Amino acid sequence: MKPRLIAEGAARRLEGPLLFLRRTVEAGLNEAVEVRGADGRTRLGRVAAADRETLIIEVLESTAGLALGDVVVRFVGEPLGFPLGPGILGRVFDGVGRVIDGGPPVPARETYPIEGLPWNPVARKPPRDFIETGLTAIDLMNSLVRGQKLPIFSGGGLPHDRMAADIATNARLPRGAAGDFAIVFAGMGLPHDSAEFFRRRLEQGGALERTALFLNLAADSSTQRLLTPRYALTAAEYLAFVEGKHVLAILTDMTNYCEALREVSSSKGEIPSRKGFPGYLYSDLATLYERAGCVRGARGTLTQLSILTMPSDDITHPIPDLTGYITEGQIVLSRDLDRRGVSPPVNVLPSLSRLMKDGTGAKFTHKDHPALASQLYSAYARAVQTRVLAAVVGEDGLAEADRRYLAFGEGFERNLVSQESARSLSESMAAGWQLLKGLPHAELTRLSDEQIAAHLAS
Amino acid sequence: MSVAHVRWISGPVLRAGTLDSFFLRESVRVGPGALLGEVVRIDGDEITVQVYEDTTGLRPGTEVEGTGTPLAVRVGPALLGRIFDGLLRPLTGLADRVQPGFRGIAPARLAFAPERAAGDAVDGGGKIGRATTEAGREFACLVPPDLSGEIVSIREAGEYAEDEAVAVLRDAAGAEHEVAMSHPWPVRVPRPVRRRLPVREPLVTGQRVLDALFPVALGGKAAIPGGFGTGKTVLLEALAKGCAADVIVYLGCGERGNEMAGVLEEFPELVDPRTGRKLMERTVIIANTSNMPVAAREASIYSAITVAEYFRDQGLHVALMADSTSRWAEALREVSGRFGELPGEGGYPAYLSSRLAEFYERAALVETLAGETGSVTVMGAISPPSGDFSEPVTSHTKRYVRAFWALDVKRAQARFYPAVHPLQSYSEDAATFAPWWNEHGNTRWLELRRRFLTLLDEQSRLERMARIIGKDALPARQQLTLACADLVGEAFLRQNAFAPKDRVAGPAKQAAMMGLVGRFMDLAAKAVAAGVAPDRLANLECLRPLLRMGEEIGDDETEKFEAIGAALEAEFHALVPAEGKRDEAAAHR
Repeated sequence: MKPRLIAEGAARRLEGPLLFLRRTVEAGLNEAVEVRGADGRTRLGRVAAADRETLIIEVLESTAGLALGDVVVRFVGEPLGFPLGPGILGRVFDGVGRVIDGGPPVPARETYPIEGLPWNPVARKPPRDFIETGLTAIDLMNSLVRGQKLPIFSGGGLPHDRMAADIATNARLPRGAAGDFAIVFAGMGLPHDSAEFFRRRLEQGGALERTALFLNLAADSSTQRLLTPRYALTAAEYLAFVEGKHVLAILTDMTNYCEALREVSSSKGEIPSRKGFPGYLYSDLATLYERAGCVRGARGTLTQLSILTMPSDDITHPIPDLTGYITEGQIVLSRDLDRRGVSPPVNVLPSLSRLMKDGTGAKFTHKDHPALASQLYSAYARAVQTRVLAAVVGEDGLAEADRRYLAFGEGFERNLVSQESARSLSESMAAGWQLLKGLPHAELTRLSDEQIAAHLAS
Repeated sequence: MSVAHVRWISGPVLRAGTLDSFFLRESVRVGPGALLGEVVRIDGDEITVQVYEDTTGLRPGTEVEGTGTPLAVRVGPALLGRIFDGLLRPLTGLADRVQPGFRGIAPARLAFAPERAAGDAVDGGGKIGRATTEAGREFACLVPPDLSGEIVSIREAGEYAEDEAVAVLRDAAGAEHEVAMSHPWPVRVPRPVRRRLPVREPLVTGQRVLDALFPVALGGKAAIPGGFGTGKTVLLEALAKGCAADVIVYLGCGERGNEMAGVLEEFPELVDPRTGRKLMERTVIIANTSNMPVAAREASIYSAITVAEYFRDQGLHVALMADSTSRWAEALREVSGRFGELPGEGGYPAYLSSRLAEFYERAALVETLAGETGSVTVMGAISPPSGDFSEPVTSHTKRYVRAFWALDVKRAQARFYPAVHPLQSYSEDAATFAPWWNEHGNTRWLELRRRFLTLLDEQSRLERMARIIGKDALPARQQLTLACADLVGEAFLRQNAFAPKDRVAGPAKQAAMMGLVGRFMDLAAKAVAAGVAPDRLANLECLRPLLRMGEEIGDDETEKFEAIGAALEAEFHALVPAEGKRDEAAAHR
């Protein structure tokens, strides 16, 4: 380890999260520092810019309480890192990786930089293994595969927490051994009751001892919020690629993360882009989301399930918009379906899993699975279109074929999307075939004659 | 060698003081890791450098060394079949994580055979021999375009490293230059050509909706805008697999790592139906995933088009797929912000439009310096924020491309792929290609194309009307129009990129399918004119095979299309006279 250097009495200016130091110490860009004030609290920071006279330190926690005279800055000599070792499962950490469950510190074997280096695309292995979540709207219509990053686009008051907890406790591989399964949970700006809900649900499902919790609560500093997913994902990568576990990382709520990014960016005086968010929001989100995947030669995998609440349910808002451009699809929840008692309220039309084609079909699930999903999509889209028509001309004014589609749409939401308990994929598929029986066979153009004969002959 | 020392650094931008001379856009190496960078501004004794790699650990005082050349990449035949980062450094054979300052692996070895002798004069871009790759594909060994003179010496046939000198040239000034099978070329400078040729034939993409309705020229340029989830990447990958080009340059610019991994796994397995070789052998992949340094993303688009131009100079037809140009524009915006430049529309720098123009203008059908015909066709995806096509990147791109393939959210949600919107898309060159289609067995191409487009246009109007008064209240002719438009969509435009027989449709299959849909439209129009109720058309036996023909019938099974045609005629024949008489009878009663 490099010698640790200390700068005392070098502070010249404090401005929001930025601390300007006289350059008395040789330090490089992005190196980590610990800033201590008269209050004795240690705050993490990093070197954000440097010229010949000055070092600009970005303090990553609240700067309240610091005074120029008594600031002591300790230079770590390397970028921010997270010391990790066996035994992090079952533990609770704060947003910057400090143990807060009252237990002993985690015995560290090695320190990993929290930013992580980008994976070489050549080293990646394309995700293939189908994960059965027990939810038909996902398994049948938008299949999740190991190594995928699939966010849930939700809204305030929708049951996204319950869905994520269900997936975390029910997810399994229908084929082959399940292997070592672990959960890394990162709560960013999370209200206390949501954090408690997850903890309780994981405990009830018996999953708590294979979970590492990282909690940055709503009352914690927003600058720290930017570090929480980085610490959590560093731990997740360690579990997946060093310890060889299959990790499901749940990041919630990404909207809080982005808001914190905007807050910090504006306090640094950066030029804002859409809705006040910094122009690098896309690149910044990518450095988090791209840390999911499978790697050649590694036993473990890292699957990401992030939750974001769309501000005013607006899917074109920069946060869901940029997320959708990075992640491999999205699961969209609908307030309308929720009101009508459809649970989980997944709106399948705007939902998408980009990796579905790679993890479904004869080799992975069932040979007719992709065609069935495609046909259900096509028919449901037509049902929704017909609903608009029916709203104007009335149901009686519709042709017979249109009325059948209307009934199909209703059944699709009530009997397929909505479910009371977990379903296996074959149960989900059976429900799908059952629904299609109500439609004229000639119009099922996404199915081959053999598929119709095999599943719809009655 | 000029040297400077860092005075100020923040993120990927640094300022360095120097007493030596640097030139604008000079490539530099920074610090002990020799990170790649480029001089972007000179002010007195201070240069501003954009660094293409992660700058963690750099500090004031770090040395910046000039290379004396602009940012250049080494182009040669050995690029084919491999994957590179945005600065064209090979990614194979490296560690699992991309480390800043990494170097490529050892240069490839190629078989060289001389075709010229000492004493011969060669012009820039001229051929001095042949270079054969490991995969057995033969290329010309070209003199760099900016070099000409007399051959002093040339090596005999044998295997050499691609950057090893195989000949020595003396230029007019008497200076001697070494020529290898590959050579460096500055990425921001278009490679010269003898002349640009007017476009005259389409690049057959294998996608029916594009080839039939919105064709792109060989040497043309197309844009594919679409919100997230509309299938840009799937369409670009389908084009990379199916389009009739000799070489594919696939640029993943700020996109997903898992997608690049998918391409890398899939392409070596697929076979190019035109040559019987592995698809990977005609492909160069350039990957700057979204989490790789943003400044290198800005350079990657130029690296890609330089590679494309190199293969064009070999007399080949090259297709460049750029996914996505929006990420490139955003990188431009981000870096521009770091320089403190005044932002223009949407926060993008004011030079966005001219940079886009420079890029797209490098697409062309040309006569190369060696006298051959080659082309670069550019297809660029655009990811407009919130799927709004009025944003700066889409609207500026629209001014420079001649084919515009707008992807539609509604279609994508119904899993109707490719989700190309028939009314928002266009192709400015379509009329030019009618003679080409005539020669390739589709004499009715232009006529049917017009009819399809008219039909789709009417469909959108009638659907709006039907929403108010109900479909049944429309007159028979208009109901027929709706039925036919549905058929055009479902039977012809929709194409399943994952069905083995439907993935790529050759010209013959497209002609047959177009003809069949046209025939159905003619017959149906006659039937309705003779009094057949339009809703009876939906129950015809022949309809289902027609709707499924894309997925069921392969490129080499044209006789099956004839069978469908015959069934069509027979069923309508049976329908019309009987219906006609009965309706007449009904009228008499």
